[in-house]
Amino acid sequence: MPLLEVRNLHVRVEDDGNEILHGLSLTVNKGEVHAIMGPNGSGKSTLSHVLAGKPGYEVTSGEVLFEGEDIFAMEPDERAAKGLFLAFQYPVEIPGVATMNFLRTALNAQRKARGEEEISTPDFLKKVRKVADSLNIPQDMLRRGVNVGFSGGEKKRNEVLQMALFEPKLCILDEMDSGLDIDALRIAADGVNALRSKGRAMIVITHYQRLLNYIVPDHVHVMSKGRVVKSGGKDLALELEASGYAQFEEQAA
Amino acid sequence: MDAVVKTSGTERALADQFAAALPRLPGGKAVAAMRTRALENFACDGLPHRRIEDWKYTDLRALMREVLPPAAAPDKAALDRAAKALERHGLEGVRRLVLVDGVFVPALSDVAALEGGLTIRSLASVLADETVHELLLSDDAGAGPMFALNSALMADGLVIDILKDASPARPLHIVHVASGSAPASAYTRSLVRIGANVSATLVESFFAADGAQNYQVNDATMIAVGDGARLDHVRLMEDGREAFNIATLKSVLGRDAAYKIFNLTAGGAVSRYQGVVRFDGQGSRLETYGVNLLNETQHGDTTLVVDHAVPHCASREVFRAVIDDRARSVFQGRIIVRPDAQKTDGKMETRALLLSDEAEVDNKPELEIFADDVTCGHGATAGALDESLLFYLRARGLPEKDAQALLIQAFVGEAIEQIADDRLREAATNAAIRWLEARAS
Ligand SMILES: Nc1ncnc2c1ncn2[C@@H]1O[C@H](COP(=O)(O)OP(=O)(O)O)[C@@H](O)[C@H]1O
Ligand SMILES: [Mg+2]
Repeated sequence: MPLLEVRNLHVRVEDDGNEILHGLSLTVNKGEVHAIMGPNGSGKSTLSHVLAGKPGYEVTSGEVLFEGEDIFAMEPDERAAKGLFLAFQYPVEIPGVATMNFLRTALNAQRKARGEEEISTPDFLKKVRKVADSLNIPQDMLRRGVNVGFSGGEKKRNEVLQMALFEPKLCILDEMDSGLDIDALRIAADGVNALRSKGRAMIVITHYQRLLNYIVPDHVHVMSKGRVVKSGGKDLALELEASGYAQFEEQAA
Repeated sequence: MDAVVKTSGTERALADQFAAALPRLPGGKAVAAMRTRALENFACDGLPHRRIEDWKYTDLRALMREVLPPAAAPDKAALDRAAKALERHGLEGVRRLVLVDGVFVPALSDVAALEGGLTIRSLASVLADETVHELLLSDDAGAGPMFALNSALMADGLVIDILKDASPARPLHIVHVASGSAPASAYTRSLVRIGANVSATLVESFFAADGAQNYQVNDATMIAVGDGARLDHVRLMEDGREAFNIATLKSVLGRDAAYKIFNLTAGGAVSRYQGVVRFDGQGSRLETYGVNLLNETQHGDTTLVVDHAVPHCASREVFRAVIDDRARSVFQGRIIVRPDAQKTDGKMETRALLLSDEAEVDNKPELEIFADDVTCGHGATAGALDESLLFYLRARGLPEKDAQALLIQAFVGEAIEQIADDRLREAATNAAIRWLEARAS
């Protein structure tokens, strides 16, 4: 059974009724890393939001199965507990909620939903410290409000930290490279690569090929105007880098 | 003249209750005369209603169908229930002073080994004394009908005096427990006088024993903060969901004093915390922080008057309300700057979080400024929880109510974190968590 199966997904925005995804299909198996590339506005973030359960979108047809189960029958928190993780393109700032408290509350909420015991304080601290060190995240950052006053790079590293802590089955990384300089990108990408495993799959959404030099995908999909218009191996990314998206935009139109 | 004096059944019942209670109420002739005057003052207008400007949003005549008779002294069973409730809500490291159904109970209190310069007496014993303090004898017609009622029927409370330079080692904790023996009213009044240069912490808690439902609290607290003194005042109101809590605060600050009030209202069916803080000496600073946590059909009113009677004083009011279901939160803040009070710096800021479409918030800031060289201002906002923050938390595994709870805690945390004492800050946080947990279940 695939880990994620998206079949002919049509999605529109609730507010204005505009359809953004026009019949998107995608199959992701455990152990695979898929890259989704496409120009701005092609619907990449919309796909990631709909998979994570963000309100404000209406699925008009098609289906999404996560480990064979209908994802739309699950609340966003149930999806998270089942192992779906979205690293946001724009992580929000949450003043007044200390990062440590947030991480622990979230981890325990997921464990509780899975019928597991709460993590002990020493185990939790040990785990956070280990991951934070590997991502060059200083402890004082964890005492601050979630993402409050973090630089763009720090916010992205905080997303990778959560990913490492929650150990999801499916990681969706939305434009993880945006706003990162090369050093910050390398640290974050190393963090992601450390999480690659047989039991876990990743969907790496990016506008630029650059990220894929660091996180090398097994499959590459080109998205345009709400559909996957071409799929291939990692060489497809290089091809795109050379020729641009224009050919696909025509194709999709 | 045929005045339009309309007495409702409630006011008539109160007159009867008063007549029956007077012989048992503490105090000599002078006190009894004051009580009678106070009841007359009350009877002029009766229970406040919406056509009285100050009570526009809290129409007690409509909300309070009946005024319950004064509570009897607690019996053994009542004290046992109160003791059990104290185990749950008590605080560590404080000097606890317990009132059960409005009666001071030394056996549940900690009045041993008082620090030098600290005197603690029951209001009943002070009223019985010939030399009763004038503050207690004032019927204060201007303080409104519910305070007049308190003057008429006050039965017990605490009179605390701290001599100059004699800072107590521990916070003083006045605990109001309703035992639930019978539907009844508790009329309490406490007087706290803090000498010059003293640094002290006063905590007030209101809660009920298991099963206590229908009861009414009418409390008054009068505070004098001496020159150069500092008082941290924390009040946690977690009365039962059918209870009424009408409380009056009257504080006067001397010169170079620092007074910080934190009030949390999470209980009661209907509550009003009405305060007047007056600056009597220059160079003093007042900070007030208020948190209302209201759901179902709760009604919580905070009405605060800050009276800048002298120059060079500063006041800050920060108010946070979280309102769910069909609850209603009222904040009325008035800053008065008298003609002499130049260089006054007075600000108030209120924010409300509305968790349902039917929740209501009423906010009435008033600036009455009669001096020209002052900085005063107010600001208010009201809105729902931020959807994008909620979604972020939910995407990390928090169920909806838990995600809301975390954001609500952050919202009220801005006020709670102003409490200086670690244990009291934790107590206020726990009270907020209790409200959130009750909401989630
Ligand atoms: N909530 C929304 N309301 C209105 N339009 C939206 C909303 N979300 C996305 N869109 C529109 O959908 C299209 C795709 O956006 P998006 O998914 O962010 O693309 P990408 O991530 O590929 O840049 C854009 O035209 C965008 O304006
Ligand atoms: Mg995007």
